[in-house]
Amino acid sequence: MNKRISVLDLPNSYVGKSVPRPNAKRLVQGRGTYVDDIELPRMVHLAFHRSPYAHAKILSVDCDDARAIPGVVGVYTMDDLKDTITPWVGTLDHLKGIKSAEQWPLANGKVFWQGEPIVAIAATSRAIAEDAADQILVDYEELEPVTDMMTALDKDTPVIHPELGDNLCFQRGVDSGDVDAAFENAAVVVEDSFRFNRHTGVTMEPRSIICDYKPADGELTLYMSVQCPHMSKNLFAEHLGLDENKVRVICKDVGGSFGIKIHTYSDEMAAGAIALKLGRPVKFIADRLESFTTDIHARDHRVTARAAFDADGNLLAIDMDDVTGVGPYSVYPRTSGIELNQVINLTGGPYKHRNYRVDGKVVFLNKNVMCQYRGVGHPIAIAVGEHLMELGARKLKLDPVALRLQNFIPQDAYPYTSPAGAIYEMQSHHQCLDKLVEMMDYEGLRSEQKSLREQGIYRGIGFASLIEVTNPGPAFYGVGGAKIASQDGCTLRLDPTGGVTATTGVTEQGQGTETIIAQVVATSLGVPIETVRVVTGDTEAVPYGGGTWASRGAGIGGEAAFQAGKALKENILDLAAIILQAKIEDLDIIGGNVVDADGGNERLSLAELGRIAYFRGDTLPVDAQPELVVTRHYTQRDYPFVFTNAAHACLLDVDIHTGMVKLQKYWVVEDCGRVINPKLVAEQTRGGVVQGIGPALFEECLYTDEGQMINGSMADYLVPMAAEMPDIEVGHVETPTETSELGAKGVGEAGTAGAPAAVMNAINDALSPFDVVLSDMPFTPDKILRGLGKI
Amino acid sequence: MNITITVNGEPMVRSVEPRLSLVDFLRAEGLTGTHAGCEHGVCGACTLQLNGQTVRSCLTFAVQCDGQEVTTIEGANFPDLQEAFIENNALQCGFCTPGMLMTANDLLQENSSPTRDEIREAISSNYCRCTGYQSIVDAVEQVAKQRSEVA
Ligand code: FES
Ligand code: FES
Repeated sequence: MNKRISVLDLPNSYVGKSVPRPNAKRLVQGRGTYVDDIELPRMVHLAFHRSPYAHAKILSVDCDDARAIPGVVGVYTMDDLKDTITPWVGTLDHLKGIKSAEQWPLANGKVFWQGEPIVAIAATSRAIAEDAADQILVDYEELEPVTDMMTALDKDTPVIHPELGDNLCFQRGVDSGDVDAAFENAAVVVEDSFRFNRHTGVTMEPRSIICDYKPADGELTLYMSVQCPHMSKNLFAEHLGLDENKVRVICKDVGGSFGIKIHTYSDEMAAGAIALKLGRPVKFIADRLESFTTDIHARDHRVTARAAFDADGNLLAIDMDDVTGVGPYSVYPRTSGIELNQVINLTGGPYKHRNYRVDGKVVFLNKNVMCQYRGVGHPIAIAVGEHLMELGARKLKLDPVALRLQNFIPQDAYPYTSPAGAIYEMQSHHQCLDKLVEMMDYEGLRSEQKSLREQGIYRGIGFASLIEVTNPGPAFYGVGGAKIASQDGCTLRLDPTGGVTATTGVTEQGQGTETIIAQVVATSLGVPIETVRVVTGDTEAVPYGGGTWASRGAGIGGEAAFQAGKALKENILDLAAIILQAKIEDLDIIGGNVVDADGGNERLSLAELGRIAYFRGDTLPVDAQPELVVTRHYTQRDYPFVFTNAAHACLLDVDIHTGMVKLQKYWVVEDCGRVINPKLVAEQTRGGVVQGIGPALFEECLYTDEGQMINGSMADYLVPMAAEMPDIEVGHVETPTETSELGAKGVGEAGTAGAPAAVMNAINDALSPFDVVLSDMPFTPDKILRGLGKI
Repeated sequence: MNITITVNGEPMVRSVEPRLSLVDFLRAEGLTGTHAGCEHGVCGACTLQLNGQTVRSCLTFAVQCDGQEVTTIEGANFPDLQEAFIENNALQCGFCTPGMLMTANDLLQENSSPTRDEIREAISSNYCRCTGYQSIVDAVEQVAKQRSEVA
């Protein structure tokens, strides 16, 4: 038999086409369903009284005045909830030595960060609950807060959780090759220290939850704005002492997430406990101040790093120290140690050096908790590595593009094991950078830069080549003991009408997950895309899965959908062969019809097949039992992760009189394996880039030495706005992963991963005539002017 | 306090607390297309039309709207703009979208052929955390062109 070419390559394949998102229609009409849009009978609303101090002992709590307010249904301190909920500890077995303290949903005698919830108030409206929260009186004994990560481990610094012995959360190092010898023999050594600012996600829809407990049947339904419904189901069941089968998570529209909505939050867990207490629905919608002080924060690293090159410009070694100050707890269940792991795995990732040393420490602070946010560790690793490459190019008097091309891992060396121990499948660094340089007209820009300089305009061009972790296998969380699924599934049902209902464990937060699943199913099965309906986000309806994080939706969820499509097709053709009295191998499905494989003559529509299967079984032979529902799962097991790669370039002007940065243009060439939907890939990339530009130029959670966050409002915490952002041109290179038949890798985080590095390098390129090198993010006008010696 | 307010052409007589904002009032009426992102006038998610003027409904009290006309996304009439948002994927999570559409509509009414920079400037009153804005600019630019061709 001739080997048929893959359906993915057929001209009528939906894979590779920019199909618009069907679910966008309801959103432009304002008919989405975000959690706060849901009203349930007898629902109460939660507000919290939160700690104004970063570190204090609670001497007494007086709730009497709050209780007396009409409309208040319940007032709870931790002591009131202890019989309903158990505490948690954010550690994972595979992060050796990581430690954290027991964390309760409400303060348990002490508070450890400003914003930590102490008392929960349930009332008939949020306004009443807030009024009552203002009436709570708490007596504190202030304790010395630990707010400087560089002195957190000093002997005379107080230990935040005395039971842990010190303020060290996690430590990891690598020492690979012979780093000392490489530096001794180097012709050129470059070095710098970096400061990566604490910032946060600022999802437009704040964290939101409704916990609906029905005492009669002991069932808890959670309406959540979340990326990982099954993980939440497991955690609420476990800590509320419920049978996991009695907890259902429903996640409809999610108003932005970016890694904010995959963690365990005290206030949400408290809402669960209070729902159990009250036996009625409890809604909690964070307000903006609560978002700023309690949504996980991210980054906050201090790094010193150096690189060694030989006289020809070959990168020999990288050596770095990284300290990161997380909050008072390692966040449950993903921990606050994964980011350091990623920094270690990724720094210098595209390059061929064999000598590599990192000493990394994660320390506890009395600031808001910190955990995985879009890009996890990548922005730090890439900024450090790519800055060192630029410094190296400068000192070696080589072009930064040429230096990168020379140092990329050779194309014939894949699969390649990095000195950090990461294994890369095939990468396309040379191809991406070549394409990028062509897209942007690099030479033209360099000559323009020269002539602009003569006019006193300081334009900079900055590059970043990078690798990104996607399609994680069980090595990410599962082996560490966290019940976070790395596999995902897709169930397909051929409906009597000939339409297909697909349910999948991956989730939609606007990336277009439902669209790409529909594209894959329609292609794999051979039906028009309009006939495929995709259902996500309801643990009662979809196969058990991990959800959408670590850029896994398309790669893992997509492959499961592809295999499910193939399996359903087989079952349909089995039945069609009986109905048509034909041989299975002579039939195919195209355009929603069973056709002759040879010639494509239409034989039977799926609607007709569905009618016979569901309603006229009497016309089929007795041993023919149609199976028109199939489920397939997929776990990526070949590597711990499937790495993608990309090349970024940023063009900007620095005004040396005002210190203002004006972005001119941005380019990305992205290799995420097989591209399912080019438009959606480009849009993920653009949104990601802007989310990386934010912390490079504006975003920072500012804390006083006392641990007070002083810019917890949208007016004070700056994010990128339209007028400041450039157009972003996106190109694709496709190196499908061989770990799956579909060949798709992830793309959600690469933009955010690379942008800080490209912006930093462009600023330093612009300032190169002044011999100024900046590496302290965000690059605000005052820092630039200070660097230039103007203030 | 009793107010009479016309929402999307439908008159309503309601008794409201003086501190109730217009966005909360509308959402309580089931008109949940208007979103609250910051509740202090910065993010633009709550943008709608009050007597044809574009306003922030989180900074407007329901009582101020006595005798006034409100148009929310549910009653908006700019199908070409909505279509262009879908076509250009000018939304991801969609939370900013109703407010963004209102602002874009306002711009196009004042300036029928805005430049890309003018579009960027105009929508800078609205946050979008997902798209990076370019696709929104594309969508608005496209509608301006389409409308001028028809005109
Ligand atoms: S909610 Fe009104 S401007 Fe943000
Ligand atoms: S589409 Fe999510 S905030 Fe704009």
